[in-house]
Amino acid sequence: MITALLVMALGAVLLGAALGYAAVKFRVEGDPLVEKIDGILPQTQCGQCGYPGCRPYAQAIANGDADINCCPPGGEDGIRKLADLLGREFKPLSGEHGVEKPKSVAVIDENVCIGCTLCLQACPVDAIVGAAKQMHTVIAPQCTGCELCVAPCPVDCIAMVPIAESMDSWKWKYPVIEIRKAA
Amino acid sequence: MRRLFGFWGGIKPDSHKNESTRLPVAKAPLPSLLTVPLRQNAGASPRIMVKAGDPVLKGQMIAAPEDGLSVALHAPTSGHVRAIEARAIAHPSGLAGICAIIEPDGAERWVELEPLDAARTSPEQLRRRLREAGLVGMGGAAFPSYVKAGGTAIDTLIINGAECEPWITCDDMLMRTRGEDIVGGAIMLRELLGARKLLIGIEDNKPEAIAAMRAAATRADPGLEVVAVPTRYPAGGEKQLIRVLTGLEIPYGKLPSHFGVQCFNVGTAAAVHRAVSRGKPLISRLVTLTGNVAEPRNYEVAIGMPVNELIALAHPQADTDRYLMGGPMMGFALPDLAVPVVKATNCIIAASPTLFPAPTPEMPCIRCGACAQACPAELAPYELYWFARSQNLGKCQEYHLFDCIECGCCAFVCPSRIRLVDYYRYAKSSIRAREKDKLAADHARERYEFRLAREEREKQDKAAKLAAKAAETKAKLARASAGDESAPASESDDKKALIEAAMAKAREQTTPALNTDVHRMTAEQQAQVTVAEARHAAATATAAKDT
Repeated sequence: MITALLVMALGAVLLGAALGYAAVKFRVEGDPLVEKIDGILPQTQCGQCGYPGCRPYAQAIANGDADINCCPPGGEDGIRKLADLLGREFKPLSGEHGVEKPKSVAVIDENVCIGCTLCLQACPVDAIVGAAKQMHTVIAPQCTGCELCVAPCPVDCIAMVPIAESMDSWKWKYPVIEIRKAA
Repeated sequence: MRRLFGFWGGIKPDSHKNESTRLPVAKAPLPSLLTVPLRQNAGASPRIMVKAGDPVLKGQMIAAPEDGLSVALHAPTSGHVRAIEARAIAHPSGLAGICAIIEPDGAERWVELEPLDAARTSPEQLRRRLREAGLVGMGGAAFPSYVKAGGTAIDTLIINGAECEPWITCDDMLMRTRGEDIVGGAIMLRELLGARKLLIGIEDNKPEAIAAMRAAATRADPGLEVVAVPTRYPAGGEKQLIRVLTGLEIPYGKLPSHFGVQCFNVGTAAAVHRAVSRGKPLISRLVTLTGNVAEPRNYEVAIGMPVNELIALAHPQADTDRYLMGGPMMGFALPDLAVPVVKATNCIIAASPTLFPAPTPEMPCIRCGACAQACPAELAPYELYWFARSQNLGKCQEYHLFDCIECGCCAFVCPSRIRLVDYYRYAKSSIRAREKDKLAADHARERYEFRLAREEREKQDKAAKLAAKAAETKAKLARASAGDESAPASESDDKKALIEAAMAKAREQTTPALNTDVHRMTAEQQAQVTVAEARHAAATATAAKDT
């Protein structure tokens, strides 16, 4: 009886030690789920979800604090991918966080800009160049269209301009058959 | 006799090649305006070097190659540049692209040409010439030729004269009339690549072209082999022709050059010859004008000629309802007839309801597998169709959608008349767009994280600076108090001393401001003020009187 208990206890101690060692040795840095969610999010860093950036929102989704339908730039596609990843039900974009808009870039009216640097400080991806009392301008390819620079501008010289379709961005449309009137 | 191999699938549509080969090649007259699109090839656009109003000579470079896979662009004739602006160009989207609008003066004055002796020129120089002469693949994909001519360890060079697509005969007529140019260019490419073998593959439905090429080949180099390949669409596809001639199968994700094979179109070979031994850039090409027209024929057309002026030469029939650019299998209906002919334009077909009946409604896929039997890329088109239709793009990639050459064999044999290629094109461009978005998002994340790190670093730097400054002040005060009193100052004394110092500083700053105070003015200054005020009062009084 005692022997049996001792054997079991010894076994438990050994296995516990092995598991403890493995937990330290093969520790995974960071949360892989957060990484995956962050990979799906559009990285506009716009904060429309109510979190200060895409990564905090990913963290909140992973913790179960936030719903998956709070990201307007990601759109329905993004929600669908998140739903697939997390095994949850798809739900339409929640209206309180905004609506899905066409992809845009910020454009500064350089005649009006007073060089206050407020938009420079607001831009999460450093896509605006300029200095105090110098004209500012947006590096269009780096702009994520987050609109965070629009509100701080004291002279309202920043406009969001939807990106026009170009040769590079043109896509073949989903095939649809035109319905024509017979004769 | 060379042993030939077969490729899987393929179809045998009516060739319709005889219509446009009855009449000899004619030179199309110059139009009133030439529209030369800046971007004519896969890869980047060249940089424009002329501006509106500039005079240009025939063959003058109007856009220089820059980074990326760009090649030069030349004025197709002499005249003046009217404008550099966005115009509709030949693209299924119907979108506009930047074009140079050139008004010909009719004089056709050439720029000074610099022919090269291929035997005495270094490979780098030859490749630079190909780039500066604006050479791109003339079979339709318009890939810059200088890149393909830079391959190493090439064993076999194949010149593609198969021209498998129905209706198109421009390569056929080129081989019949300019065999020497093609053979000359092919030999230059062979020397450039260091290839051992040189094969010219021509479909056996073009006996005149085969005979002409054989004659030209024996005159130039007996080691050159002209091979007749069985007629079956798409035998002119690069991978298919390589398979037929060498038995090699190019696997997924590899290029022919990885297997020591390189393939050029006959038109490209002829252009290489002209560019090197005559110094002439690529400014015109043969275009087949056929279909529902009274006079189907091949024309030598200047790049930039508007399609509507070209069509008028062949007198289209009254019931023509649309025009196709390229062949009936892989071409597209032109959204606008003002678009110009570009380096990749091989054929324009006038379509009528009798020649090309409108597509019948799609029926459901019955999974008969006819498409898989016909697919030359050995894919499973019915599976791809299913995934593309349900927008399951990941699965499309798993089933090797990007191996699809969009030849249209599957849609041709489909008993349900499903426009399969449209679905594949949709899926391909969606996948490409998705990958581009993903790259952009990764880039944005990187920049965002860098910004956060930078802000954190700035905060720490600032805190460190403040701490250092505070320590310095403290030390200074300690020294000062140590000088006044021998006893070390306590903590509260320290603070008091700091406050004292700050107050003194504030007083110092406000003192000069008091100078403006009226009560501290000197008598002289006060007198000046009184005089000025009197003057002001007098001025206002006279102004009031005047009114």
